[in-house]
Amino acid sequence: MNHDYQYTPKNGFSKWLDKRLPLMRFADENLLSFPTPKNLNYFYTFGFILTMCLVTQIITGIVLAMHYVPNTSLAFDSIEHIMRDVNYGWLIRYMHSNGASMFFLAVFIHMFRGLYYGSYKEPREIIWILGVVIFLLMIITGFMGYVLPWGQMSFWGATVITNLVATIPVIGEPILTLLLGGYSVDNPTLNRFFSLHYLLPFVIFGVVILHIWALHVTGNNNPTGIEVKDSKDTISFHPYYTVKDLFAYVVFLLMFCYFIFYNPNILGHPDNYIEADPMLTPAHIVPEWYLLPFYAILRAVPDKLMGVLLMFGSIVVLFFLPWLDTMKVKSARYRPLYKIFFLFFVIFCLLLGYLGAKPPEGIYLFLSRVSTIYYFAFFLVIMPILSRIEKPSPMPIGISNPAINSSSDSGGGVSGAPSYAMDSK
Amino acid sequence: MTDTNDNQDPSRRDFLYITTAVFGATGAASVAWPLIDQLNPSASVSALSSIEADISSIPEGGSMKVAWRGKPIFIRRRTKEEIELAEKEDSLNLPHPEKDLDRVKNKEWLVVVGVCTHLGCVPIADSGDFGGWFCPCHGSHYDISGRIRKGPAPTNLEIPPYEFVNENIIKIG
Amino acid sequence: MSIFRNTFKNNIFFFLVLTFGFSVNANSAEGTTFKNLKPGFSFEGPFGKFDKESLKRGYQVYSEVCSSCHGLKQLSFRNLSQPGGPEFSIERVKEIASGYSITDGFDEYGEPIERSMLPSDRFPRPYGSKEEAKGANNGAYPPDLSLIVKARSDGYNYLYSLLKGYEEEIPEDLDIGDLSYNPWYPGGAIAMYQPLYDESVEYEDGTPATLDQMSYDVANFLTWAAEPTMEERKRLGFIVMGFLIIFVILMYLSVSRLFRDVH
Repeated sequence: MNHDYQYTPKNGFSKWLDKRLPLMRFADENLLSFPTPKNLNYFYTFGFILTMCLVTQIITGIVLAMHYVPNTSLAFDSIEHIMRDVNYGWLIRYMHSNGASMFFLAVFIHMFRGLYYGSYKEPREIIWILGVVIFLLMIITGFMGYVLPWGQMSFWGATVITNLVATIPVIGEPILTLLLGGYSVDNPTLNRFFSLHYLLPFVIFGVVILHIWALHVTGNNNPTGIEVKDSKDTISFHPYYTVKDLFAYVVFLLMFCYFIFYNPNILGHPDNYIEADPMLTPAHIVPEWYLLPFYAILRAVPDKLMGVLLMFGSIVVLFFLPWLDTMKVKSARYRPLYKIFFLFFVIFCLLLGYLGAKPPEGIYLFLSRVSTIYYFAFFLVIMPILSRIEKPSPMPIGISNPAINSSSDSGGGVSGAPSYAMDSK
Repeated sequence: MTDTNDNQDPSRRDFLYITTAVFGATGAASVAWPLIDQLNPSASVSALSSIEADISSIPEGGSMKVAWRGKPIFIRRRTKEEIELAEKEDSLNLPHPEKDLDRVKNKEWLVVVGVCTHLGCVPIADSGDFGGWFCPCHGSHYDISGRIRKGPAPTNLEIPPYEFVNENIIKIG
Repeated sequence: MSIFRNTFKNNIFFFLVLTFGFSVNANSAEGTTFKNLKPGFSFEGPFGKFDKESLKRGYQVYSEVCSSCHGLKQLSFRNLSQPGGPEFSIERVKEIASGYSITDGFDEYGEPIERSMLPSDRFPRPYGSKEEAKGANNGAYPPDLSLIVKARSDGYNYLYSLLKGYEEEIPEDLDIGDLSYNPWYPGGAIAMYQPLYDESVEYEDGTPATLDQMSYDVANFLTWAAEPTMEERKRLGFIVMGFLIIFVILMYLSVSRLFRDVH
């Protein structure tokens, strides 16, 4: 990590403040002058995009909470009141509902980036683990949020997923009753989901702070997977990455606003515009699109409890990545075998998403099982094996040095004095 | 790529950055407006911001109470004697001097907000020492023009915005 | 240049995910037997606007035919005069509202007071409760129509097709009891008898009230009822997208300028 640059307060006020609460120093060292690898591509902008998504959801959420009523007889109508009567209520509601989808789209890309470039590997294990914690919290938050409009999908999605808790032997039923506050999803459930849905985003915010802190201890990874050696490899975060992140965010906003203004309901389900009816089950209960892959895994397994365990297991396995994939070469750029398996992993994840909306029978069930097997095999079998046997393709000496490192075949470092080949671009 | 391009025109480069920054700031400010405007009364609340009261069935000397924006409105059909009394008392030394004529559009009809100007209780009609209203909370007396005569209230009963749609209907607000 | 290559990779990702997203939604539509007819509505598309005369006619169909069984509880009479909708005059709206009465408060004897409705009141409910509604309709609950267009896949085309779609001849292998046959209704057996026939209403504006016209007008009206702010949404969308396109170009130029001296 590069400590060449030191913050020096310039004027009287800055000096005074720096002695008492080093806010400016903190901002300078972490946001402005923070040395960042100069070769980051656009996949690395999603951290900022995600932070913006979180802020957007919190602000629009707090505003919605000024008008929403978390009571079963009033919830659905209060949302229509927001859509029809509250000034710009329709806009804030659509920002929030589509914002959740954008949040998950961004987090998936962010996670796939981590998998591709080996950002979970030593010394960045904690960053990765904190990230999985954030992902879990996001899923819980999103699940509870979807219940709040109290439409048919809200109610029945909540019923199906909370019932999974009961599959735990012995303690499952009492835990379910505790969770619901009753014997089925009803007003106590709705009210507490509202409270927790308001709370968790702030917990997420706290974990995000830890996540970024941990990142700043080790420094960013980069597309070569080779660690930063000196200041030739880095540029200051501001203005290069502040502006680049903002640009990426505006592109992202273009997509976000397309949904809000021109197709605000396409990512949702029409059945959620029908008020919840505990006596009438919809023909097909489907969660929101970002939960579909997990839903597919759940239903791929014939045994209910195993299905639940595998569904949660699909996220739990992520915690162990740094110890499943131990190859020193981080980036898939130089791992030809891993690259192919990774490509299949992405395809199977997308396939799981597609299958999550299909009835679990026939060819759909078969493909769900194949995809689930591959999903776990990728982490538990392929990664460890590749760690041992894969030969990386020729790697450069460093970020600033594209000359091929002919000395080692599994390391990311240079041996001896750096030799900077003439680069002609 | 030659070096000369980069530093050739710093003003052009700065112009780009400044324009971009201004655009960004404008965008951010525009997003702020809906978030603030949603605090304003919603359409359903605004729809009730004015009400129409049918006064055709109120006899002389009688009154009606209607709710407007969450507050009670007293509509009083005054008798000739009451109007004379109200106008005669114009010249008295009133705590809050106001001519009766300035408080009504049609002398026969007194329209006031039925909220005591002291601390907000609802005064009782046809009681008190001055032929008008009496507030039981801290003992304010109002006359038949709704003016404060005795007690801790600082000002006369408020006159809401209203107009006669026709001789049978008053629109308040 | 490298910026493009990476943005392109991003976009591939995004399009892949979106494609799956879209196909998921299309396939989760309830299994309608026939594909919906698409007559083309003026509000469709990014610059769509409602045809106000059609909305007015559609309201007439709703109030004269549908409202006896179907509520419109999310709407108030005042919505009929607000911009972006049928835009009846305020006087007309007061007139419409005053044709209905409602119990509001109690008199000094504790007896309920009846008054005529105001523009600020919600549309009246046809039945006192869901059970009463079911009882009056052979056990089937006529759904509230405020959101029906958003509660069905391709809602307005579905409604249009459904209203026109009743058929006398029932397929041999289908047992529908004493329900009606409509091939656009999932399963084919619908509890609602055909509600509209040619000249079911006499349009105020003189337009011939064919079944096709009424189905079209009421589908139009109910689309507005489900989303009265649609015109404003698209209008604001145009401004926002325009702003963002200019802004993204400015940002792109700033990024390329900044990164010219890197590497």
